[in-house]
Amino acid sequence: MSPHAEEEDATNAYQSLSETTGHDDPRWAFGSGFEDVQAEIEAPVPDGVDAADLAEYCLMLGDDALVCSHRISEWVSNAPELEEEVALANTALDLLGQARVLLSRAGHVEGAGRDEDALAYLRSDAEFRNVGLAETGDDLDFGVAVARLLVFSTWRLALLSRLVGSRDPVVAAVAAKGVKELTYHRDWAARWTLRLGDGTDESHRRMQAGLEEVWPHVEELFRTSEVEHRLVTAGVATDPAETRGEVDAVLDQVFAAATLTRPDRPGRGTLGGRGGRQGSHTEALGLVLDRMQSLARAHPGASW
Amino acid sequence: MADTGTPATGTPDTAPHTGPGTGALEAGFDATVAADRRIEPRDWMPEGYRRTLIRQIAQHAHSEIIGMQPEGNWILRAPSLRRKAILLAKVQDEAGHGMYLYAAAETLGVDREDLTERLIDSRQKYSSIFNYPALSYADIGVIGWLVDGAAICNQVPLCRCSYGPYARAMIRICKEESFHQRQGYELLLAMVKGTDAQRTMVQESVDRWWWPSLMMFGPPDGDSPNTRQSMAWGIKRHTNDELRQRFVDMSVPQAAALGVTLPDADLRWNAERGAHDYGEPDWAEFKAVVSGSGPANAQRVAHRRRAHENGAWVREAAQAWADKQAARAARKDAA
Amino acid sequence: MNEPTPRRTWPLYEVFVRGKRGLNHVHVGSLHAADDEMALHNARDVYTRRNEGVSIWVVRADLITASSPDEKDPFFAPSADKVYRHPTFYAIPDEVPHL
Repeated sequence: MSPHAEEEDATNAYQSLSETTGHDDPRWAFGSGFEDVQAEIEAPVPDGVDAADLAEYCLMLGDDALVCSHRISEWVSNAPELEEEVALANTALDLLGQARVLLSRAGHVEGAGRDEDALAYLRSDAEFRNVGLAETGDDLDFGVAVARLLVFSTWRLALLSRLVGSRDPVVAAVAAKGVKELTYHRDWAARWTLRLGDGTDESHRRMQAGLEEVWPHVEELFRTSEVEHRLVTAGVATDPAETRGEVDAVLDQVFAAATLTRPDRPGRGTLGGRGGRQGSHTEALGLVLDRMQSLARAHPGASW
Repeated sequence: MADTGTPATGTPDTAPHTGPGTGALEAGFDATVAADRRIEPRDWMPEGYRRTLIRQIAQHAHSEIIGMQPEGNWILRAPSLRRKAILLAKVQDEAGHGMYLYAAAETLGVDREDLTERLIDSRQKYSSIFNYPALSYADIGVIGWLVDGAAICNQVPLCRCSYGPYARAMIRICKEESFHQRQGYELLLAMVKGTDAQRTMVQESVDRWWWPSLMMFGPPDGDSPNTRQSMAWGIKRHTNDELRQRFVDMSVPQAAALGVTLPDADLRWNAERGAHDYGEPDWAEFKAVVSGSGPANAQRVAHRRRAHENGAWVREAAQAWADKQAARAARKDAA
Repeated sequence: MNEPTPRRTWPLYEVFVRGKRGLNHVHVGSLHAADDEMALHNARDVYTRRNEGVSIWVVRADLITASSPDEKDPFFAPSADKVYRHPTFYAIPDEVPHL
């Protein structure tokens, strides 16, 4: 076979490959749908809404997603089975997509010229607004990872399903898309909770231990910050305290089916009344950020 | 041979592999391959063909899975959120590719669990390239550009491999690999347009990866005893040196467009051949890496073993739960 | 059907996807899962990357009865995907060859 003919073969293979490539799914935050979101990111702040409050709120929702995505990404190449590699990465990507839109919106509304990367990479831990649950590590214990995602996704789904009608178009758009994603994450986590809880003796023990480990972070999820209070009135935010009933009901249903016991552990206390929403974090967040930000900070002015 | 126990696919190869009457079967097999048609799992095939395919597909699958490690190493530190999303998606694809390939191997009657155990016991190999460490973020770009570029050169012909399940898996994989290569190159383009430190980082990375990339095509043709049989069987379409030459010719103008130097003093255009002359890779290093003493062999295999063993209780739990559910359903039916 | 010892590997499932309305389900590949629900979930992750609106069938491979040895399997169905999975997403200058 002449080299020329081989070249043609290769080219033809590429052609046939490109012909089978489907079109982009607009449901992905940073798929082709991002262009629509990009326009919305620059939408004006709704009338009667304080811009600083809105920026802060977008940071809260965005940081929850970013930090939780980081924790899930730690599982890459460490998952218990290849199929779960793909599932975990999908979840991490979904949350990362939500974070990018929300941080972009926060930066725009703030008006100080910070983009998603400036916010993700150049803030200190005290400037992060995520809840403690998102930053909780799992040391690659699948029981803890499932417990964290079960609680996180159940809570975030309850939040986002109430935010679909937010007066802020970006929050509303992230919520509309995020509801589908979080439904899926919750389903994945709930099914694994069942399998582990009602699987073997060891898996039961480890799933219960996972729940015990994340439980001190549950109370904070339902604590309403001042910013949220004001934005509820303005029609932008939802009151997390109002999601408690739904979250409890879902978790109790899963626990019962999984033969698990609802943990009875005191919640992590605040520091001078401050928790994650006010920038008071566990020691774990500093380590997360050291890792996440190290390269970006080592090269100021670089473009990637 | 242990490889051909009970096929796990439900489409067992019921034809005898050897014994009386194989002459006609073999003639049918040869005619199918000669006509450039595909062999399917239930067709009769020579035992050597089956064994060669299992070894090659398994090595290929292992390479995808081990290949997640050097890049996965940088996901948590990716320097922008866009780069993080791209890298995460890429590494996720590699898990998917590993799955497609293990599934293709399983149509030949092996079990994924067995193949995984062979990998973590170092009884089966994977691409030598993943025994090199990823030391800077430029490596993410260079792995995409050179390593995935070399992989594409190797893999596009496999889309026409004589074994149907492997060829079909490769079509899907190649489609995604071309995204991998482009994202790598695009990262390098962004970096060479950035700061001096970034340009230095890119060149340093190219210097480390160029020769190992050339080695990805395997030993020189004179030292590759299996090539002829694999080509006769339609498993392989081109020799190692042909593919290596194609890769060099493809990479030279790409390097020029990036403004990086390929670390080979002997690299120059040969107008007579219509191709680039290039230096000899260090085959002693290649042999050392393949036989287990590369810079990262022990680390890669230990990582894979740890993940697999740490997941055992999870896999067992899922199976136990499924068995309980099935038993409950059976009791309900009986009642 | 009842096995006294637990299986070492999750069973193999074959995956069939209806790419869009009006088309048949097409075999796209296989995966391992402990149960049907997990198989469905994983099929969606792996083979459709969660492209909603498509219909997926999963069936345990050992439940398939096969007939013709001269079978012709269809090629993988196309999947809609994240934009950065697509080669065209990246701005590569025209003068860079062969990418």
